[in-house]
This record gives sequence, C-alpha cells and structure tokens, in this order.
Amino acid sequence: MNKLSRSADWIDQAEPRKPRKVSRLDRLRDAVRNPGFVAAVPISLLFIAGFLAPLTVVVLFAFMPPETFSLLQVPTLDNFRSIFAGTYYLSFVSSLELATCTVVILLVVCYPLAVAMVRIFGNKGSILAIVLAAPLFVADNLRLMGWMLFLVKGGVVSGTLQTYFGIELDSMLYTFSATLFGLVYIYLPFMLFPMVLGVSMVPPKLREAAFDLGATNAQVLREIDIPLAMPGIIIGALICFILVAGAITEAKVLGGTAVVMIAQDIQKEFTFAQNWPKGSALSVLLIAMGGALSWALFKRVDLDTIFGRK
Amino acid sequence: MDDVSRTAKWIYGSAIGLLIAFMYLPMLTVALASFSRSRYFKFPIPDWSTEWYAKVYESLSIRELFSTSLVVAITVGVVATVIAFFGALAFARYDWAGRRIYQKLILLPILFPQAVLGLALLLWFTALGITPTWQATVFAHLVWIAPIATLVISIQVYAFDPAVEEAAFDLGATRWQVMREVTLPLLAPGIFSGFTFSFLLSWANFPLSLFSSGADSTIPEWISAKIQSGYTPQVPAVGTLTMAAAAIVMALGYAAFSLMAWRKSRLEAV
Repeated sequence: MNKLSRSADWIDQAEPRKPRKVSRLDRLRDAVRNPGFVAAVPISLLFIAGFLAPLTVVVLFAFMPPETFSLLQVPTLDNFRSIFAGTYYLSFVSSLELATCTVVILLVVCYPLAVAMVRIFGNKGSILAIVLAAPLFVADNLRLMGWMLFLVKGGVVSGTLQTYFGIELDSMLYTFSATLFGLVYIYLPFMLFPMVLGVSMVPPKLREAAFDLGATNAQVLREIDIPLAMPGIIIGALICFILVAGAITEAKVLGGTAVVMIAQDIQKEFTFAQNWPKGSALSVLLIAMGGALSWALFKRVDLDTIFGRK
Repeated sequence: MDDVSRTAKWIYGSAIGLLIAFMYLPMLTVALASFSRSRYFKFPIPDWSTEWYAKVYESLSIRELFSTSLVVAITVGVVATVIAFFGALAFARYDWAGRRIYQKLILLPILFPQAVLGLALLLWFTALGITPTWQATVFAHLVWIAPIATLVISIQVYAFDPAVEEAAFDLGATRWQVMREVTLPLLAPGIFSGFTFSFLLSWANFPLSLFSSGADSTIPEWISAKIQSGYTPQVPAVGTLTMAAAAIVMALGYAAFSLMAWRKSRLEAV
C-alpha cells in the first residue's frame, strides 16, 4: 500500500542538497496526482451531481414560500409551521411505529437464522447467500403483489381453507399488520446479511473457552455471542430502520388506506398537491430524523472499540 | 463443525428451509396466478391457461416496456461497472489522503430511502430543466447502483495482491499494459459480478424509475400502475417473465464468475 508514497520519497532524495520547503500547493498537487484520488473522481462526481446537489435543492426548497417553484425567494419557516400545525405527525408516528416494530421483529427472527447460516452452513455459505439474495433482484412491488394474491379473500390462504376445510376467512389485507408483514418480508435481507457478517466475527475458540470454564448457554449468548456480533447487528438495525421509515410501496400495496406512511405524504405534496416547498420540508424532517438516529447510535456504541477488539 | 449436535443441525436446517420457502412464496404465487384462465385470481385455480402469455407476446406496448427496461438495465450495468471499477480501486487498493471519508460518503446513497431520493432527483432535474426520459432514469439508477457495484468490486480488490502489479512495473511494463495484462484479468470475477448486480438491480428498480422516466415507462412501473387499477393475469405473466429473465442472467453470471475464478486461480498458480 505504501509503495507509492515511498517511491515519491525516493525522488525527493535524489536531490538532497536543495532542501525544498514543501508548500501547501505542492502537497495539494501530490494529493491530486495520487492514483487513488484520480480513481475516485468519476464516482465522486456522480455523488455530487446525483446525491449532494439534489439534497441541497430539497433543503433550499424547504425554506421557500409554500406552493412556489423558484429558489430565488425570501427564505421562510412557513412550511415547517404548517406541518407542525397540521396532522402530518400522524404519518410520522405510523412510519416510526412500523419502523420500530419491523426492526424488533427482524432482530428476533434474523439472529437465529444468521447463527444457523454461519455455524452450520459455513462452507455452503456462498450458495445459500445467493439463494437468499436473489429475491432482491425482483421488483418489490411484484413480490408484494404475490403476497397480496396469497392473502386476499379468495386467494391462496383463504381459498385453501374454504375449499378443503370449509372455514370462511375474511381478507387479511389492508391493515396495519399486513403492512408490517410486507415490511418484514421486504427488508429481511437487509437485516440478515449484516447480521451474518457480525456473527461470523465471533471466534469459535472464545465460545469453547467459555464453555470449558463452565459458562451456561445463556451466559455465552449474553457475554460473548451478542457483544461480539454487535457491529453487524447495529448496522443491520440502522439500515432497516432508516429504509422502513422512508418506505412507501408496502403501505400502498398491502396497507390500502389503513396506513399512511410519511413517504406517501411527501409524494403527495410533490405530485398531486404540487407543493414542492412543503414536500421538501417533510423530506428534510425525515432525513434529519434518520441522520440524528444514526449519529446517536454510532456515538453511543463506539464502533472503533468494537472493531478494534478483534 | 463437530460441536454442533445432530438435533441442532436438523433444527437449524429446517429453519433455513422455511426461510427460503418464505422468501420465494410470493414469487411462486405470482407464477401460479399467471396461468389462471379467469380474469380475477381465485384459489384453487379452477381452469388453467397460457392465453395471458400469448396476449403479452402480441402486445406491442408491453414489448416497448421490455425494450425500455432492457436498454436502461444494460446501460446502467456498463456505466456503473466502469465507474465502480475505478471507485473500488480508490476504495480498497490505493492509500490516499481522503480515503476514509470517501469510503463513508459514497455509501450514503445506499442507506437512503429510494422514494425520497427519487423525488429529490425529480426536483433537481426540474430545477435544471431536464425532461424526464429513460436517460434520466439511467442517471437516477446510477446514483444508487454505482456505490453498490463499488462495494461488490471492492471485495475482490481487497483480496488483490499489489505486489503482482509492482512486479509487472519492475519488468518494464507500461501503466496501460499493467492494467490490461495484470489488473483487469485478476479483478475480472469481481468486475463481472459488479456488472451482474448492476444490471439486475436496475432491471428490478421501481422507486427511482417512477419519478425519472417520464413517458419511457419500465416494467416495474407498469406493474405498479396495474396493481393499483386494472389487474388482469397479464400482470403476473409479465412479472413471471421478468423473474425468469433475472434467473437466467443470474445463472449465466454465476457460471461466468465460476469460470473466471477458476482461470484466475490457475493464473495465480503459474
């Protein structure tokens, strides 16, 4: 890795009699000439033009007067005032509620699965990972439509029950739980894969040693397995929470009108209502929430010490 | 591992089996629904038919959707792979001043809700006066997919031994020759899986296409519109075809990846 900087040292040593003061400009030139910097240019440009700039526009629009389409106006807080005065907190609450429930369910469900994948299928891991990752390459709404056909009245579940067992079942769709189910299904891989990484960081020898010293199963789980797998667990939980808080399709396909999530409100403001500033202000609140959450979590759980302990 | 008892193995194995069934159940239901003769889905299916596939085949507008999706996915696949190849070298190969912050920043788009990202891009395009077309969709996809491809290729780059490149330089190879004869062949499996990932993620993407494609609809957009209003078994038929296409691409990708990994292991053994 250091080969390149070392060869630069060697060039400097070729003329040792003229001790040249390295100016800030020289240092900048050296940094810019580094192949790593050059290689980073294309994706960084994409990041600036496709992520940073659009988000800046959203933030700026959040402070423009309501129902206007230009950025060249006097900044105002009207959008935030009308959001806090209105009923938008309801969709924020339901998004947060769904995100919390999804993350809790996924934590409980995915941990044993991650352990099974690492401990039992260690060598077959890559094939299993491909089989489990493949559904990510099928559009979310198509897979949710599959669940819709599965759960709808007259669908796979209620049709089977009625035909073979004579049990009448009402539709299971268009409820809070149906939305939650869809979210758990769609975001399961986003929890499972980081967790698998986390669980595979636990050295088997440490567990054996603990067992040899007389630790019980529960003690090993509490003192070794979970703390050492924590980085993966936290990253998985964080990704899921942020993505679910901004999710939209699950509530639309499986939730009907029972649940309104915040991303639906944002979309409505941008499209039907044509109120860009208000949609932007809602987006800013959502982004700020996600950002604050990740900051608080990363601050509380020091990733460096956990990684460094390895 | 021998410390795992037979019972535990059995329990873990069936848990994984259930998980796989759970993941594939809705896709199976979609495939099932596409063979139903009646317009509305009813289970158990009283009458089977392939007429909806014939209708899909005859429909010119659906052909148009397929070709739009294919063009977008191929373009995204190629461009994302090129960007991600260099991005991965900066991510994992070279030591440079901004590397730490770069690693965190370029991953941010992955951790961002796609619907909100799509709307932000819509606002940005409108502010610049860009009309939504399939080219705008390609750009929107790239923002999210190029970082993922960078991660995929980086995994291969981490396993790459820089000494091989240095040896080639010492033997008098030019920068271009080293790239062509050493770096590219050794990283080929990673580059190829980067391409496959990018293609498939673009093929299946809905939230980013929705706000950027304008009149050039992709298949997931059409499916979404039809779920909201106008369900016919044509929808699961189209869905089944897209899943079959994704499965074929995955199978080919896996075969090619295995072949390249095998050639690479021979290359390194010499």
